[in-house]
Amino acid sequence: MPDAAGLELIRAEIAEKHPGAVPATSFEHGQAMLVVDPEQVLEVLRWLRDTPGQEYRFLSSLHAADYLPAEPRFGVHYELLNRDRVERLRVKAVIADPPGEELPELDSCVELYPAADFQEREAYDFFGIVFRGHPDLRRILLPDDYVGWPQRRDFPVGGEPVLFTHNEHETAGGDS
Amino acid sequence: MSTLEETAAGVREALPGSEVQLERATEVMTINIGPHHPATHGVLRLVVQLEGEVVRDLYPVIGYVHTGIEKSCEDKSYWKVIPFVERMDYVSYYFQMEAFCGAVERLVELQIPERAKALRVIHLELNRIHSHLVWLGTTALDLGAISMLWYCFRERDKILDLFEMSGGQRMHTRYFQVGGVIEDVPLGWEQKLRRFIADMPVRVEQYMALLDRNEIFLNRTRNTGVVPRDRLLELGVTGPLLRAAGEPWDLRKVFDYLGYGRYDFRIPIGTVGDNYDRYRVRLAEMVESVRIIEQALDGLPEGPFIADDRKYVLPPRSELSTSMESLIHHFKLVTEGYRVPPGELYYAIEGPRGELGCFVLADGSAKPARVHFRDSSFVNLQAFRDMCVGGYVADMIASLGMLDPILGGTDR
Amino acid sequence: MEVERRKVRGLAPLEQPGTPEELRIRQLRARDMLRGDLDDADIESYVEERVVTTRLDKLLNWARANSMFPLTFGLACCAIESPIALVTARYDLARFGAEALRASPRQADFIILSGRVSIKMAPIVRRLYDQMLEPKWSISMGACSSSGGMFSNYAVVQGADKFMPVDLHVPGCPPRPEAVLYGFTKLQRKIMGNPDPGWRARYNAAGTEEWARGGAASRPSAEEAEAYRAARELLNA
Repeated sequence: MPDAAGLELIRAEIAEKHPGAVPATSFEHGQAMLVVDPEQVLEVLRWLRDTPGQEYRFLSSLHAADYLPAEPRFGVHYELLNRDRVERLRVKAVIADPPGEELPELDSCVELYPAADFQEREAYDFFGIVFRGHPDLRRILLPDDYVGWPQRRDFPVGGEPVLFTHNEHETAGGDS
Repeated sequence: MSTLEETAAGVREALPGSEVQLERATEVMTINIGPHHPATHGVLRLVVQLEGEVVRDLYPVIGYVHTGIEKSCEDKSYWKVIPFVERMDYVSYYFQMEAFCGAVERLVELQIPERAKALRVIHLELNRIHSHLVWLGTTALDLGAISMLWYCFRERDKILDLFEMSGGQRMHTRYFQVGGVIEDVPLGWEQKLRRFIADMPVRVEQYMALLDRNEIFLNRTRNTGVVPRDRLLELGVTGPLLRAAGEPWDLRKVFDYLGYGRYDFRIPIGTVGDNYDRYRVRLAEMVESVRIIEQALDGLPEGPFIADDRKYVLPPRSELSTSMESLIHHFKLVTEGYRVPPGELYYAIEGPRGELGCFVLADGSAKPARVHFRDSSFVNLQAFRDMCVGGYVADMIASLGMLDPILGGTDR
Repeated sequence: MEVERRKVRGLAPLEQPGTPEELRIRQLRARDMLRGDLDDADIESYVEERVVTTRLDKLLNWARANSMFPLTFGLACCAIESPIALVTARYDLARFGAEALRASPRQADFIILSGRVSIKMAPIVRRLYDQMLEPKWSISMGACSSSGGMFSNYAVVQGADKFMPVDLHVPGCPPRPEAVLYGFTKLQRKIMGNPDPGWRARYNAAGTEEWARGGAASRPSAEEAEAYRAARELLNA
């Protein structure tokens, strides 16, 4: 893990190349995180992957989280790993939820990291985040015709009330 | 050169000046394999485009056992999440427990005692052997070596007996808790474990004697399903698949968690990266796991099996009748659960299929705001297309077995 | 010399089975039958003692119960316990006659729904069940296929009997293979025509529910009663 000082160095270097790309950093529990402007996420990832001295070539995980009620609402996390120096670095792109029926959008990093293929589809499936440039963006785990983005915080968990003897005859099929 | 091309070359030689063109009448047939199929490891559906017996393209369709575990976890207090995440990758349940408990422990900065670390290591390595045994039994069954199933599951039942002794249940024991393990191991467990680890290497040798030089097995697995190492790394593949391609990458050695640095074990790696190497790597890993268990058992320290911090760990029941504070802690922990300060963390361990990572987002309440698992089967499945395209259908079945996907982890 | 021919009649040889006298009596009776010396009543009792008579359907049911072909069908965790662990050496399903696991639903007799049924998988399970030929049975193994289990959420069908008939439910998460074997023998008894009584009959508990005992649920409001009536009509329609 780059330590706090190393993290600030990385941020400074990125700020030279791509100003405004990294508005914030965070170093908690020994894990380094760069908060990234969503429009420049591809440039930052490419810089982290290709610059000699950084070379975070392995994408461990790409996942999204819903920070409701905090704004901006969605965070897409890229867990990067440099296997030679054994260092992890997290890049978080925070996206706001556009009003109305539109879906939040972000650039796809499948060309940089082919490992992101299924994982971006999963983020689309659960949160409705559209990854521009993904070759095959469709639902992966839910049925193709499912309506709704289940993993959002305002989507209900679902399920049914448990049958007991006092309410078993009220549901169809609850006869002894 | 294929025989057709040889014939064409021969004709061109015999009749100089003639025009010989090869035209293949390609009829590409799209076939659906699964989700109910005797050869899939779980409900995996493959849409395969076949030209004769050669696979031209395929894509997997998953989600048939999607259980919404990650969404359910947001509704439950932290210790109730543990039985949920266990059931994701249902043959390596201790690994999911470790990934989640480890992530939460790091979020609350809780140190676990040494005995708990050693017990966790023992159970994790037993689970690794269990997972590899299930893999070996079912993969050999797919390839036709049917009796391997009975031999592997005989050993698996011994491991499940050990799990039942320590955790109360054969599968999904919810044995790991945040802070350590839920209970110490009972009397007689150590002796039973020692008998098992004395026996296991002999059994692995018997499996090797059955399959290693078996001509049919060699024909099915040698030089099939090869993906170069760099491509695997691009696709995010980890675990025995990567190690079979020659990359010595094992999170146990690299990120020294749970005190793995103390144990002396080797990482088997392959050379070619074909299905046979994957088989050999996993078999060797079973033997190495036995070595780790033996070292952990020999060096099992005395002491508490769970941390002492009453904010996160239940007090022992004997104290409940004497100490008011323990009663209050117990009450708060059982009804509401412990609160985790806001933060987010990603913690990855080496599961039997590769990197198993857990991302926990805590918002300060007693329920996690997001629990996401980076499951190794999910990411490894991306390499399946590369493994199969250009080969035969039968090689595809062999590759599917050696890929070792567990659809519970893939679908979550 | 006069050979005395005596008919052995009216004795009950089976009262002392295995003794030399009983054996001798049986031999003599067999000799009489072969000679044609037994007359009507004796012949009938002779035949009855030796031939097992039963009704044909009882025989068929006995044959069906003891030679069931399970469908190889596993969804999730329960699948590792059964069918895989059930057919392996320790919890051998073969001793109950169900050794021949068939992969094709057309050739299978019964389906063990082992594991959680997700909403994507439910139509496929239904199609598999429809493809099976009569007579067919189904065991819902584990909590998840019986009632949705611990997963009360959007992605899991809350019980397989929402979309297909289930003959037997086995509780557990996952149930021990012995539990599934017990359920299997229960299913065998059901097939053979003497099903085990349900819990209400066994504990004489019918009528003890809150809605029958005069509790609050037995006095539904007008809308609730109407909704219940409509639901029952839908069910019986």
